[in-house]
Amino acid sequence: MTDLVRWAALAPFLALAGAVINGLFGRSLRGNAAGVVASLAVAAGFVLSALAFLGVREVGAVRVDLGDFLVAGDFTLGLGFHLDQLSVLMMLIITGVGLLIHVYSIGYMQGDDGFSRYFAKLNLFVAAMLVLVMADSYPLMFVGWEGVGVCSFLLISFWYEDLANANAGRKAFIVNRVGDVGFLLAMFLTFRAFGTLDVQAVNAAAPGFAYGAPVLTGIGLLFLVAAAGKSAQLPLHTWLPDAMAGPTPVSALIHAATMVTAGVYLIARTGGVFANAPDAAATVVWVAVLTALMAAIVAVGQTDIKKILAWSTISQVGFMVAAVGAGAYWAGIFHVLTHAFFKALLFLGAGSVIHALGGEQDVRKMGGLGRKMRTTGVTALIGTLAIAGVPFLSGYFSKDAILGALLSSGPLGGYGAEALFGLLMVTAGLTAFYMFRWYYLVFAGEPRSKAEFERAHESPAVMTVPLVILAVGSVVIGYLGLPAFLAPNWLQGWLAPVSAEVDLAHLSTSAEWLLLLGSVAVAAIGLGLGYWVYAVGGGALARRFAATPLANASRGAFGFDALYRVLFTGPGEAGAAGIAALDRDVVDRGVSGSAGLIPLLGRLLVRLQSGYVRAYAFAMLLGAAALVLLVALIGVFA
Amino acid sequence: MVPTEYYVALSAVLFALGCIGVLTRRSAIMLFLSVELMLNAANLAIVAFARQWSAAGAQHALGGQIAVFIVLAIAAAEVAVGLGILVAIFRNRVSTDVDLLSEVRA
Repeated sequence: MTDLVRWAALAPFLALAGAVINGLFGRSLRGNAAGVVASLAVAAGFVLSALAFLGVREVGAVRVDLGDFLVAGDFTLGLGFHLDQLSVLMMLIITGVGLLIHVYSIGYMQGDDGFSRYFAKLNLFVAAMLVLVMADSYPLMFVGWEGVGVCSFLLISFWYEDLANANAGRKAFIVNRVGDVGFLLAMFLTFRAFGTLDVQAVNAAAPGFAYGAPVLTGIGLLFLVAAAGKSAQLPLHTWLPDAMAGPTPVSALIHAATMVTAGVYLIARTGGVFANAPDAAATVVWVAVLTALMAAIVAVGQTDIKKILAWSTISQVGFMVAAVGAGAYWAGIFHVLTHAFFKALLFLGAGSVIHALGGEQDVRKMGGLGRKMRTTGVTALIGTLAIAGVPFLSGYFSKDAILGALLSSGPLGGYGAEALFGLLMVTAGLTAFYMFRWYYLVFAGEPRSKAEFERAHESPAVMTVPLVILAVGSVVIGYLGLPAFLAPNWLQGWLAPVSAEVDLAHLSTSAEWLLLLGSVAVAAIGLGLGYWVYAVGGGALARRFAATPLANASRGAFGFDALYRVLFTGPGEAGAAGIAALDRDVVDRGVSGSAGLIPLLGRLLVRLQSGYVRAYAFAMLLGAAALVLLVALIGVFA
Repeated sequence: MVPTEYYVALSAVLFALGCIGVLTRRSAIMLFLSVELMLNAANLAIVAFARQWSAAGAQHALGGQIAVFIVLAIAAAEVAVGLGILVAIFRNRVSTDVDLLSEVRA
């Protein structure tokens, strides 16, 4: 059984091989071959992950040693993969959802000049993400961490001829770098405190420190910076909406299902530290809940079909980070799992719409498309209801688990757990509200643009089949984590061996029932309000509120971009302009000036070269006379 | 015996005449003649000094006279090459005016 698990170590290398084949020889692959090669590489990874899943169920965690990574003096860091319940589950999500998105991309990217380049980057991303979740040490995790950052940059600016896309890619990369600095500092501090960078060793040693020891809090806060960068939490969330410049399947894979969950995974993986640093854990939850609320408000005001989903992703990742911060690791990972399905579904649905409309992304020009695109419409409705928290769909169970965790989390006691719970409840209602708006504006109601409506057509099967599979997943995946007081909670049991010890109180059964019903009520209120505001009277109410300060703040995303422009990019550009001026006016002018001196001297000396042989002879005579005079003078005075 | 100073004075006069010729004449032929005059002024001075050394009974007193032979030989070679060039120029230009040959100025 152990061997079965060990084979999974091949998965990232298979994806890497796919990337190399497509990257080096992709241009000579005909037709869809590049996409098929890439999909096969991920499919093989999925099969290996599934086998590893079965193996881990039998034998528990397995460490795969790949040799030494760093040897310095008496310090040795092994290079290896740690395959346990958590990493295998993440591998299944990455390769499973990844495979569907690869297949969908074959249809979506049809005829693009960069078809093979696209699949090379997509495979490279899968390889990096697998390394991230499989790594047994922080440095190796950082390799994957940086790898997904680079791939994200490459894929956001995939259509790099357009300056806006290239800028969006750079923005994502640079903002992510801020988080990476947090990761590096966290590693330094970890090494100083623990003397090792092995993830399991750190988790095992963390309880040895005093509860709430400052060094653990420091490590936790630095890892929070790292997680905020990758998972687009406040205040490093600004890159994710811009990341929608990439191809839509990329938004689905990277910016919804996998990469943005890296921060969640990091915190869950480092559970030992956070479980013993309540200050850090509470900060994580507060940041996450404020992010979730802020992003949900912004999502209401967006008009781009993908940007609404992007802000929704920030908000939903806030839910996940809040859960892992509160110590309910299974609930966070549960939401990662369910979100991967319904958000990938929503993004691919959006992609299908964009594909059908030939690139139109403004929801104000859509409407009524559900009648033209049956499969996309129905699957998008399922995704919308799942994320909105409608009972018996996946999002309902995972969101409910997170809300319950906030109330029952021991570490949050004294940090305003009730306020956090309330804010997150409001966010859950807002989620239902803006998702209703999204669905209604795109698929329901009357078409607002006749031309766009006429153009719309259902996408090919290669795109709709992944939609259907994801829709089925969005419905059934929630049953892996049913409320524990009602039915056996498989996911919680599965992750229990790898979750850090956190004091999670049991809610009374009546409280659980209240919570379940409260969630239903909140979702119903959100959807009802959405109907009242956007559907009744053709959205009359929405127009009436369009000029309020909150609506303006929502449209402007609370002005973070403008603020960063004033605080960081503005001074940076001014400094760059200053240095450029210094270079141009001082350094360049100095060098050019001294270079200009030489021709000047040349023009003076060139007069001597008259070409008259007698002038030369005269010069020689003068020279000879001068020499004679010199010799004579030396003779006289010496 | 004629004092060496006389020879040296004559040599100086001849050298000066040669110089003036080189600087003032424009015909290449006359330039050559003037250069020959300067060379032979030097030769005259050298043999005069050689004679003085030999009269004083110095060893290797014939060195100066040998040097003059070498100068003569080189002068002959120079004239041969120079006249060859001159003939070539004359064929092209139908003139030996050196002031017209100033194309190689910068």
